[in-house]
Amino acid sequence: MKKLLSIFLIILITSSLSACSWNDPQATSDDGVFKVTMVPDLGGINDQSFNQSAWEGLQKFKSEQQNVEVSYMESKQSSDFALNLDRLSDGNYDLIWGIGFSMSDAVYDTAKINLDKNYAIVDYSYGNETPNNVTGVMFRSQESAFMVGYVAAKTTKTNKIGFVGGMKNSIIYQFEYGFKAGVLYAAKEMGKGIEVVSQYAESFTDAAKGKAIASKMYSDDCDVVFHAAGGVGYGVIEAAKDKNKFAIGVDRDQSSIAPDNVLTSALKNVGQAVDLVSKRIMNGESLGGTTQTFGLKEGCVGIPVKNKNMDPQIYNETIRLSQSIVDGNIKINNKEITIPYDYPSYLEYISTFS
Amino acid sequence: MLNDILPILGTMLMYSAPLIFGALGGVVSERSGVINIGIEGMMTFGAFMGAAVGYYSGNPWIGFLAGGVAGALLSALHAIASISFNADQTISGIALNLIGPGLSLFLCRVMFSDQTVTYPVQNKLPKVFGSIDITVVIALVLTAFIWFILYKTKWGLRIRAVGEHPAAADTLGVNVYAIRYVSVILSGLLSGFGGAAMTLAVVSQFSPAAISGQGFMALAAVIFGKWTPFGAYGACLLFAFAQALTVNLGGVNFVPSEILNMLPYVLTIVILVLFVGKSVAPKADGVPYEKGMR
Repeated sequence: MKKLLSIFLIILITSSLSACSWNDPQATSDDGVFKVTMVPDLGGINDQSFNQSAWEGLQKFKSEQQNVEVSYMESKQSSDFALNLDRLSDGNYDLIWGIGFSMSDAVYDTAKINLDKNYAIVDYSYGNETPNNVTGVMFRSQESAFMVGYVAAKTTKTNKIGFVGGMKNSIIYQFEYGFKAGVLYAAKEMGKGIEVVSQYAESFTDAAKGKAIASKMYSDDCDVVFHAAGGVGYGVIEAAKDKNKFAIGVDRDQSSIAPDNVLTSALKNVGQAVDLVSKRIMNGESLGGTTQTFGLKEGCVGIPVKNKNMDPQIYNETIRLSQSIVDGNIKINNKEITIPYDYPSYLEYISTFS
Repeated sequence: MLNDILPILGTMLMYSAPLIFGALGGVVSERSGVINIGIEGMMTFGAFMGAAVGYYSGNPWIGFLAGGVAGALLSALHAIASISFNADQTISGIALNLIGPGLSLFLCRVMFSDQTVTYPVQNKLPKVFGSIDITVVIALVLTAFIWFILYKTKWGLRIRAVGEHPAAADTLGVNVYAIRYVSVILSGLLSGFGGAAMTLAVVSQFSPAAISGQGFMALAAVIFGKWTPFGAYGACLLFAFAQALTVNLGGVNFVPSEILNMLPYVLTIVILVLFVGKSVAPKADGVPYEKGMR
């Protein structure tokens, strides 16, 4: 009986296996429909952050174009990234997105195997190593950080401002040095000295630590603290609420967390970039092997339109400033400057003041 | 001088509260002979339910209780698997660590219009003495309470007996299964409180990363504290103190923050080696009890 059962099971299993391969015709990409799919980072597509933004970007792409299909595949854990990318690569997709730098290895490895597919990754650049079928998408976050730095400097009454970073990497440096540069710019404009203290939590998740760091900053006389630290930021904003000071959010408009204490947010509109790049690839532009950067000019970074805690005057000045960043004619001592994105470029930036 | 110490103490107390609840849960469960490595999962579920019920009821105390009940419900699964069905307690605990976050995320999407974070609660748990979370006080009171139960009452003696030698306890008429069930569920209740202390006192909403490693730190505190309530309490304070020190020494340029952030772990190892010495688990910890077993 047992033997009979096992034979039956073996037949069942093998037939179901072969059924899989039989019923999976490799439809070509030439069916007239442009299919785009994405693998979001761990938060899933409703994380109120960049995954959600990316998915909204794809939906916008779909609503504006003819013959487009969009979809996504969520991962339960980071080890599923490669698996999901691999699975999607076997389907007939024209473009596969990986959302977030934590997917960089998975996208790279998958792209190396499936040379006939197009990939794109958000927040990561492979530099010269970029495979020919991968497009890197980066943001000039230093531009929005510069803007909120300017706002912070114009708002502070104690002339002391804080910055809380998650972990030290090039993405967070964009925020830190862009922010410091913005503060310095406003300080020079007003002719006063403003100090920026910065501290790293060495975590993107530990909200308690964020709260502790921000509390310390507020006790040390900071009255505005900007965070670029993911989940740690919940603690930073909480500390602002407890001490009734200001915090500045990141990536999305975080004012809903503490309506009276979030001054503004340094937005990163991932969706806009996803939409733009998808459109260009669909129109036959060959972006493979390149890294595209998006900033204020493309509408991919910025600050929210509504900031109920911000002086309207400061808002107008900041928008004027952002316009000159877009136009590329932001000047100090009649010298054109580029907004710093890391320590060396920040030193260069400082030197233009003297 | 005092102005330097007070912020460190404040941070230490804030940091320690959720850990203490989780560690007490661990102590209660392990003293009865059931390993509970699912503290992280129960804390996560408690954190979610605390924030969700706190938001919908508008009352943080109802939320706090709901967090505890949520943890207890989850631990009941662990109790059934490991006590009634003699399952491997480590595996069952790992299952809790997978179920807790998964269930929280799922319910969060159902209850909060498809989002993975809850809305912030309108009212947080109150503060005492100016800026100290009330959960800090509750944690201390509960530690004393658990100590009293374990060492000064008949019930406590039975819990410890069941954890050391269940067969002997059984021969003397102690219902091993009932004691273990109560202990494990109590452990879930305490861990759930710990999670809720995080989302109702430290921050005011649940996000998927709200509990990230606190459950495992609590577990370490149980062992560090030699399976005693006050030992675990002290261990939690020590971890929290090290974190507070890291935070307060940070922001200076001459020590890289990566080095500074190693401090809690280095301190733990040093104290473990120099002062704590050998810690011995309850003898029957992790061993499923079957009647007639010797």
